[in-house]
Amino acid sequence: MTDLRLEEVSVGSLENVGLDVGAGEVVCLSGPSGSGKSRLLRAVADLEPHQGRVFLGDTEQASVPAHHWRKQVMLVPADSQWWFDEVGAHFPEACRQQVPEALGFAPEVMHWTISRLSSGERQRLALWRALALEPSALLLDEPTANLDHDLSLAVEEWLLAEIRTRQMPVLWVAHDRAQIQRVADRHLHIVGNTLEPIHGSD
Amino acid sequence: MEVIDLAWWKLALAALLIVALAGVSLYARLGVTRSLLVAAARTGIQLALIGLVLEALFASAELYWIALLSLVMLLVAGREVMARQKRRLYGVWAFGVGTGAMFVSSFAVTILALTVIIGPSPWYTPQYAIPLLGMMLGNTMTGVALSLDRLNDSVWSQRAVIENRLMLGQSWREAMEGIRVEAMRSGMMPLINAMAAAGIVSLPGMMTGQILAGSPPAVAVKYQILVMLLITVGTGFGTLMAVSWGSRRLFDDRERLRLDRLIKTEH
Repeated sequence: MTDLRLEEVSVGSLENVGLDVGAGEVVCLSGPSGSGKSRLLRAVADLEPHQGRVFLGDTEQASVPAHHWRKQVMLVPADSQWWFDEVGAHFPEACRQQVPEALGFAPEVMHWTISRLSSGERQRLALWRALALEPSALLLDEPTANLDHDLSLAVEEWLLAEIRTRQMPVLWVAHDRAQIQRVADRHLHIVGNTLEPIHGSD
Repeated sequence: MEVIDLAWWKLALAALLIVALAGVSLYARLGVTRSLLVAAARTGIQLALIGLVLEALFASAELYWIALLSLVMLLVAGREVMARQKRRLYGVWAFGVGTGAMFVSSFAVTILALTVIIGPSPWYTPQYAIPLLGMMLGNTMTGVALSLDRLNDSVWSQRAVIENRLMLGQSWREAMEGIRVEAMRSGMMPLINAMAAAGIVSLPGMMTGQILAGSPPAVAVKYQILVMLLITVGTGFGTLMAVSWGSRRLFDDRERLRLDRLIKTEH
């Protein structure tokens, strides 16, 4: 069982954030735009200079090479990037044949060119690209921002099932209250420079 | 064969043609008049001065004077590399990366050519050392400047892609692979093209000068081939070093892309 632990992490306006996300637990983060949600995720992925310590189980962030850390603690940004011509080239060899059904693609999608993908299609494929690399923890930045309601539900359900089977700790940035209700085990809201827990249905 | 010495007043005739060209461009409002005249004046003055310096240098042939002139040439080339980049590294790195790469490759190749291939005695005889180093530095400078400009510019415009690749657990080298290839190519392409066209489309300037000065073409050609090969080797290694040091510097010890280390050069 690996948990994701933040100890006195400071980045941008956020100060001394302490947080323990258990294996298979989804912690939702919300807050006004510009409050530092994305920067906090970037700090946890070690993409941004920050203070404090982050642990995955017994492994401390600073004790392993940065690219090993990021392979384990994987950040999926709200706006994914694609640099090869074909979709399939972005995936590890073993995952080029299948796409999870819940994402709503035919397997041929792996041969599509990137330019024909809509923003919603890119977002769904970016989630699959990240999970195909088998990370130990996930940092999701508004993973359904470009999807319509029905697809959002399907993607959420698929993500939750994967999270439970793989027992990954997950930090999930969201602003839709209904979605937070559906997916979160805990909900933290950014107020000023700290995270405040929000309970129940408020 | 006697070389015909050029009288200064005959150069003035050529200069008059430049003035005529400037006149035409002024009349047609082509906007190059001023830079044309300034550049032509600089050529005249700079070359006349270096002629005096070389005369003195050839007369003394002391190693420390040659080393001093080489150092000045290197520093000027380093400054030029820095000035030719649209975006450059912050602080001393902008100067250091390019100058360091040019120093290692140009000086190593020049010294190797002097001691092993050409073999004048002593090895630093200025008639050989200075022109050779000048050609090495001039070409390496172009290659290094083009590649660093391309590198920094591509990193800037493709920053989101690089960061996304880092997020997927790629090392900084993997995340930079396409950009490094492009940067290397833009530094090397001018010389590869020049080598392919040499002798057919263009008669290289060094060889032409040597023939005009009375050398037999067979000798001039051998020197030209040597110089072409050495220039390419020097530029290639210089570009390689500049690209790899320059891209390393764009990431910190945690392999984060640090665009705060790039600044825009004002023009």
